[in-house]
Amino acid sequence: MRPVLYVLSFLALIALGFWAYRENYATQAALKEVQGLQRDIAALREALSVQRAEWAYLNRPDRLRNLATANFDRLGLLPMEPSQFGSAAQVAYPRARLPEISFSTDIQGTLALPDEGL
Amino acid sequence: MRTPLRPLARILHARQEGLNPDAIEKENLRIRHEALREKARGRAQFRLVVLCASFVMAFGAIGARMGLMAATEPVEPRSRAPGAEIIAQRADITDRNGRVLATNMTTHALYAHPKVMVDPKGSARKLAEIFPDLDAKALERRFTDGRSFVWIRKVLSPEQMQRVHEIGDPGLLFGPREKRLYPNGTLAAHVLGGTSFGAEGVHSAEIVGVAGIEKALDARLRDPAQGNKPLTLSIDLTLQATIEEVLAAGMGMLNAKGAAAILMDARTGEILALASLPTFDPNNRPNPLVDKDAEPGDSPLFNRAVQGVYELGSTFKIFAAAQAMELGLVTPDTMVDANAPMVWGKHKIKEFENKNYGPLLSVSDVIAKSSNVGTAHIALMIGPLRQQAFLKALGFFEPTPVELVEAPGARPLIPKKWPEIVTITTSYGHGMSASPMHLATAYAAIANGGVAIKPTLLKREGPTTGIRVMSEETARNAVAMLRRVVTEGTASLGEVPGYEVAGKTGTADKPKKSGGYYKDKVVNTFASMFPASNPQYVLIVTLDEPQDTSLAETRRTAGWTAVPVAAEIIRRVAPLMGLRPKLEPVALDAVTAASN
Repeated sequence: MRPVLYVLSFLALIALGFWAYRENYATQAALKEVQGLQRDIAALREALSVQRAEWAYLNRPDRLRNLATANFDRLGLLPMEPSQFGSAAQVAYPRARLPEISFSTDIQGTLALPDEGL
Repeated sequence: MRTPLRPLARILHARQEGLNPDAIEKENLRIRHEALREKARGRAQFRLVVLCASFVMAFGAIGARMGLMAATEPVEPRSRAPGAEIIAQRADITDRNGRVLATNMTTHALYAHPKVMVDPKGSARKLAEIFPDLDAKALERRFTDGRSFVWIRKVLSPEQMQRVHEIGDPGLLFGPREKRLYPNGTLAAHVLGGTSFGAEGVHSAEIVGVAGIEKALDARLRDPAQGNKPLTLSIDLTLQATIEEVLAAGMGMLNAKGAAAILMDARTGEILALASLPTFDPNNRPNPLVDKDAEPGDSPLFNRAVQGVYELGSTFKIFAAAQAMELGLVTPDTMVDANAPMVWGKHKIKEFENKNYGPLLSVSDVIAKSSNVGTAHIALMIGPLRQQAFLKALGFFEPTPVELVEAPGARPLIPKKWPEIVTITTSYGHGMSASPMHLATAYAAIANGGVAIKPTLLKREGPTTGIRVMSEETARNAVAMLRRVVTEGTASLGEVPGYEVAGKTGTADKPKKSGGYYKDKVVNTFASMFPASNPQYVLIVTLDEPQDTSLAETRRTAGWTAVPVAAEIIRRVAPLMGLRPKLEPVALDAVTAASN
């Protein structure tokens, strides 16, 4: 009985050793990967901050004002004025859509349609 | 095998010999006890050795680990979960809508190890070509005098870095650097202040704030735990840009030396815009003036809105009127003596251009016409002690608590003694000096229905509480008086259709360094709030030495200088804040659904 126990525990020891060896290398690989990922994240974060800074720089009010002045012909942008506040009553109703009239069919008769509007 | 205590053979033998057999038993008992004791001692000794060994091993392990940790280079733990890492960066600063006001950029610093340089002479010459401000000869001397380390540039642009790379000398080295970047240039420069490098090393350099909010909140901005949380200011970038634009135009048109404006939310004390002109670029902060004769106001670094402590003139009159109403001494319609000139001891109190608005004026008219004499009489009714207490409650005796490093230094100038003549002059804003920020805070208390607020540059969440300094009714009456100043008084140019501007002008002569006042140098202030029916915003505009030369005579009163500038600011800024004008625009193309 005893020798069997010795052999079994020896085998278990070898198995555990092998498992620990593999785990060790797997952990090191995972750590290396994490390190790489964190370096990527840091680089991306830095790139992001540079882009954010550039976005802020390109959108600085001075530049936008100059661009609005330079492209006034096309855009016609002016500073906001108190008179630009409107009320809902000033919004026009959408134009009523007339059914399309097609002349490809033979005209059987005429139907008096109003010239415009409903 | 256990030995019996009384072995039969020996007992019998002893009996035969006539000896006491008990002696044998005793002897055996002794031997047995001795053996037992021997065994116990051996066991105890063994235990002690084991205990000793385990202590030695435990402390040895701890000591070895400590030694190992002390001897190795510190390494960041790599297996930590993402998101928990510390960002070793100065926190960004954004405006109230999250637009970036200050951020960081990675650049490089340039240094040299002259000992490993291949061609110090040629490198020095090429470096001087890239950086025109470097002197080739001086650089060459530093490269060849035997030192082993030389700093060349603190910050490089990518183009410059590439050109230095192209020199190709192994002794020229780059160190990574964080640089503070203000993408909006001069915008809100006085709020932000600026930064410079603190302790510098090859691998990094610390950024420290040198002025403005960068210095006042340096600890918060540098706190690694909050490095990824931007500092949100109460400033609105759009409003700030608009105000700076209009103010600069007004300053140019009126030939003013400087100008300042503060736009404040009267309910919360949040400062939406704070401008001081002339301004500077915080990316490239100019050096402070070294000339001893130069006034601090001559430097663009001077923040007129916070540091500019001036006599604020007639803008103070409303405080006397409000306090008298609060104390029940007068109502807006009470008639007070306004017969000019008023003689008090050896002093003579006159009106602007020696006019006389008297003999009697209603309190409301005293404010609308800006009568010094009328205000003086109101102030005398109040008395020095109560006047001081009221001004103290409005915050005129302490530096403003704004989060700028310049604010605590801008202490108001208060007369040491407070006789009645000081009561009189203070009531119309002379003899006591304060900054535009003080004035904005005090006017915000009136606009806020009598509850004092604390001015702040940080975005506030939720409602704020403050101390009530006057009743709501008094505040309402004071606003109505200020509204009359614009509709029929000295600030008639301040009317902006739809926005019911209420405010008070103030013109103060500038004091000479040698004592006395200049005749032709004034500080003009317009303190206003809008819309009068429900005041939400307070705007202070101050112009330093303006003059309106558009007409035949040169005008230097606030009504002709600061007021039109403020009106233009309100006209531009109010729509940006979503404030709908009171007058409904005429319905032009109102379409009704109808068929013909």
